[in-house]
Amino acid sequence: MKKRRKVREFKPYSMFYACLVYLFLYLPIFVVIAFSFNTSKINITFEGFTFEWYWKMFENRQLMQSFGNTVIVAAVSTVFSVIIGTLCALGLYKFEFKLKNLISSSLYIPIVIPELVFAIALLIFFTSIHVSMSMVTLIIAHVTFSMPFVVITVRARLAGFDKSIEEAARDLGANEFRTFMRVTLPMISPGVISGGMLALTMSLDDVVVSFFTAGPESTTLPLKILGMVRKGVSPDVNALSTLMIFGTIVILLTSTLIQGRLEKRM
Amino acid sequence: MIKSFKKRLTALVTVGPTVLWLGAFLMIPLIYVIGISFLTKNAYGGVDFAPTISNYISLFQSEYAKVFLDSLWLSLETTVICLLVGYPFAYIIANAPKRWKPFLVLLLMLPFWTNSLIRTYGWNTLLRTEGIINHFLQNIGLIREPLEMLYTDGAVLLGMVYALLPFTVLPLHTSIEKLDKSLLEAASDLGASRKHVFMRVVLPLTMPGIFAGSIQTFIPSLGFFFISDMMGGAKTMYIGNLIKNQFLSARNWPLGAVLSIVLIVITLILMKLYTRVGSLEDMA
Repeated sequence: MKKRRKVREFKPYSMFYACLVYLFLYLPIFVVIAFSFNTSKINITFEGFTFEWYWKMFENRQLMQSFGNTVIVAAVSTVFSVIIGTLCALGLYKFEFKLKNLISSSLYIPIVIPELVFAIALLIFFTSIHVSMSMVTLIIAHVTFSMPFVVITVRARLAGFDKSIEEAARDLGANEFRTFMRVTLPMISPGVISGGMLALTMSLDDVVVSFFTAGPESTTLPLKILGMVRKGVSPDVNALSTLMIFGTIVILLTSTLIQGRLEKRM
Repeated sequence: MIKSFKKRLTALVTVGPTVLWLGAFLMIPLIYVIGISFLTKNAYGGVDFAPTISNYISLFQSEYAKVFLDSLWLSLETTVICLLVGYPFAYIIANAPKRWKPFLVLLLMLPFWTNSLIRTYGWNTLLRTEGIINHFLQNIGLIREPLEMLYTDGAVLLGMVYALLPFTVLPLHTSIEKLDKSLLEAASDLGASRKHVFMRVVLPLTMPGIFAGSIQTFIPSLGFFFISDMMGGAKTMYIGNLIKNQFLSARNWPLGAVLSIVLIVITLILMKLYTRVGSLEDMA
């Protein structure tokens, strides 16, 4: 007989390898964070520790504007994606109809085609119908690429859903609306939250699509940085990026916690 | 089929918005791309309604063929490196002690949550001729002259691998985690060596993950123009940058549309190959 494995532990060399890969993933993030506290104006050597850039960045009007745009676009497009996407997932789950398969498979198109193709398709489309690029086109673009992820996540949640619970609620006298609010919605809420978080991250992370669908007034923070990189980026951008990194992490960790709570309650 | 009117209405209200949205902002724009690829560009950077196939013929010019080959090669290199680095990494995470696992997965997701451009910019800072790595190497006396690291093809490859590694690792991790451990034990009980178990059992069973990971690395890498913009010199032109230029500086929209259609065709071929081994659901 082979001896039974007890508790699995790390082997030293796998631990070392994993650490190396994690180091590779985090190195550039550490650099951005470290240089946001640097007294020197150029990102070469670390000269001294300062919080200066964290208040100086508020004086950089363009930078603040691009950051504001990033936040607005992410928030609005996430709300839209979640509403439209959840409705769609519910409809696809509840009803049988013609074209259902076609609709569910076309949801994968925005996921698999290269972002660049989708971005220039929207650029050609908006220009052809004489719509100039603005915050609105940017939000439309973001909803289009993130909404399918919401549909798929919520559908996955619905797949494990026991239909008899809804029936029980109806038998006990709840009307359709009440059944939805009290039974269906709480059941799918972890899926809705994780779909929404996916949409939010994708919006915050996007460069390619925004590059083509943002107008001169609606530049996002990543686009602003892209424009600055060749000439050199000022440390207030590092400071703002650092805030953005921690902001996203805090939001997503909180939502993961909430999701865990909801899941436990089920 | 749906019988009652009320049900029909609910179906329409729930699924309708998505269908309309994807129709208006995905399908119709894609049709516009196809349409514009058959038109002629005019001197003002716009298009004239004179149908032509000359845009497609210009694809066969050797300069474009070179761009395509360079880009496909870069994407292939990126995918292979991501798989080679990512597979052992995903394997280690999937087999990590239970109390560590959620933390390790979270640690993998965190960089994902921060903007890829900000992270690429971090590499730019590290690799510059007057950047951190050169400064460090000179200070400890390892090199005299700074190394040319940024704005090279190697830097572009590094940026691509960096940006796409999580896309490779996540599907790999999922499929390694699903692996039935008793099969591995059965194989080794029956006398297979560790190498044999890996080649004959682990590798074939995790093939769907390998394919999903490769597709999710290869396809986006074709369009990541901002990485070659930030990390690469002007020496090599990649398809993403070529397409971008047709819409910004060169203002040859029909050619840009044709190039995008080539990207779509490449994607479709890869997806067709992929659906033979895996399902679409594994992609999301």
